Amino acid sequence: MVKNFGEFLLFIQSMVTRTERLKTLWQRTLEESVIIGFDSIFIVAIVSAFIGAVTCVQISYNLVSPLIPKSTIGFMVREMTILELAPTITSIVLAGKVGSSIAGGLGTMRITEQVAALEVMGINSASYLVLPRIVAAILMFPLLVILAMMLSILGGYLAGTLTGAISAQEYIEGLRTDFIPYNITFALIKSVVFAFLVSAISSYKGYFTTGGALEVGAASTGAVNNSIIAILLADFVLAALLL
Amino acid sequence: MIEIHNVQKSFNGNQVLKGITCTFETGKCNLLLGGSGTGKSVLLQCIVGLMQPDIGSITYDGSVFTNNKVQIRQEIRRKIGMLFQGSALFDSMTVYENTEFPLKMLTPEMTKEERRDRVEFCLKRVGLENAGNKMPAEISGGMKKRVGIARAIAPNCTYLFCDEPNSGLDPLTSLKIDELIHEITHEYNITTAIITHDMNSVVEIGDHIIFLHKGQKLWDGNKEEILNAQVPELKEFIFSSSLVRAAKKVDDESEGGLSAITDSTNSQSAGS
Repeated sequence: MVKNFGEFLLFIQSMVTRTERLKTLWQRTLEESVIIGFDSIFIVAIVSAFIGAVTCVQISYNLVSPLIPKSTIGFMVREMTILELAPTITSIVLAGKVGSSIAGGLGTMRITEQVAALEVMGINSASYLVLPRIVAAILMFPLLVILAMMLSILGGYLAGTLTGAISAQEYIEGLRTDFIPYNITFALIKSVVFAFLVSAISSYKGYFTTGGALEVGAASTGAVNNSIIAILLADFVLAALLL
Repeated sequence: MIEIHNVQKSFNGNQVLKGITCTFETGKCNLLLGGSGTGKSVLLQCIVGLMQPDIGSITYDGSVFTNNKVQIRQEIRRKIGMLFQGSALFDSMTVYENTEFPLKMLTPEMTKEERRDRVEFCLKRVGLENAGNKMPAEISGGMKKRVGIARAIAPNCTYLFCDEPNSGLDPLTSLKIDELIHEITHEYNITTAIITHDMNSVVEIGDHIIFLHKGQKLWDGNKEEILNAQVPELKEFIFSSSLVRAAKKVDDESEGGLSAITDSTNSQSAGS
């Protein structure tokens, strides 16, 4: 494990030393941003809207005391969404979608000698293939998390009002109660850290794939597993440090 | 000229290359011949820098490649073109984009028009002028090899390496690929090194042949000399094919069988 971590650090270092031209890297980053960001909007939207809806319905189901105002449902949906559900669940979903795609793509390039072809041309393959993916993930994850926050709260609103669990006025009142802007900052910090972890771990797993098609599959699975574990560990560490 | 001196490489205590010393001559097709598992691919990977030899040195036209500064290795690498066994074309790019790729990356000073002219020239040179818009998945194995050659020669490479350029191809397509590599080598006076275990290639384009066996260089010479080589391992390798054995039998009886084959293929090549 220590050896793997050391190799991972050297891999990250090789990516930022002897980089390719900025123009090339920027073009590659834009291409990767479309794949990581734009192509993930649908799944992030579906997951976050339903999570918001389910959160709202379950809170209202458990909130039986007449002493607690109904607006608490809106308040709790907001807090849970911003602090935990949007950044963490979105990142876990993206670890599955983006992480497996990165590891599978790089693994296939490795076993079909495309990475070797870049190296023979004198191109730093880690810099050309991996750095844009990591930068694109760091740029796109926060935007997807912001989208997830909005859609989760909207999902909660629709679920609460359509099922009659809460009125629109009460829900909005709850959303506006004791709002702490720092929580948004905290969520965005988490999303940036998770973006780095998912993209870097998945790239590492894919880049060093050896063997054939089975190993590419194993690399994708390993990338998703390790990314999720890293997200959960980082989630705890960040919460302990920053809250 | 590429000079290889005492290159040794081991994996987990198993010595794959046992002190190889040889030269790849400029303007010639240098063939690395040998059976499977003799260390040809490992040697090639050491030569192009995909692998570091444990001991030994590799020199490109006087510039030491092994253990040199990254910048110098980078400079040398940018003069290298390589055709991989599986072609290694970039899946997400068209044939045109694959050929243009090294120009975009390695020669930023070239204008878009200059790049287009060069790509069109290279694709025409390999007979694929009408396949520029196709994706690698849409073309045949032989066409992929030709795209690989076009991509390798696009940046005016000084050294061309081909890893089993005929693998998986039918004899006719193999012949065309061999001829193409041979023509390009002579036309641009580049140093070409080809890994092969195909005797047809030896007879066709073997200007300089190096025979490897169990990680050692056992013989080197040219396609005329190889037929009379007195190395048992090489003879066993050459005459493992029943076709070559039959030709040898005719050769022994009439003094001309194998020679006739090489002569006729040479004249065909010259004619084409």
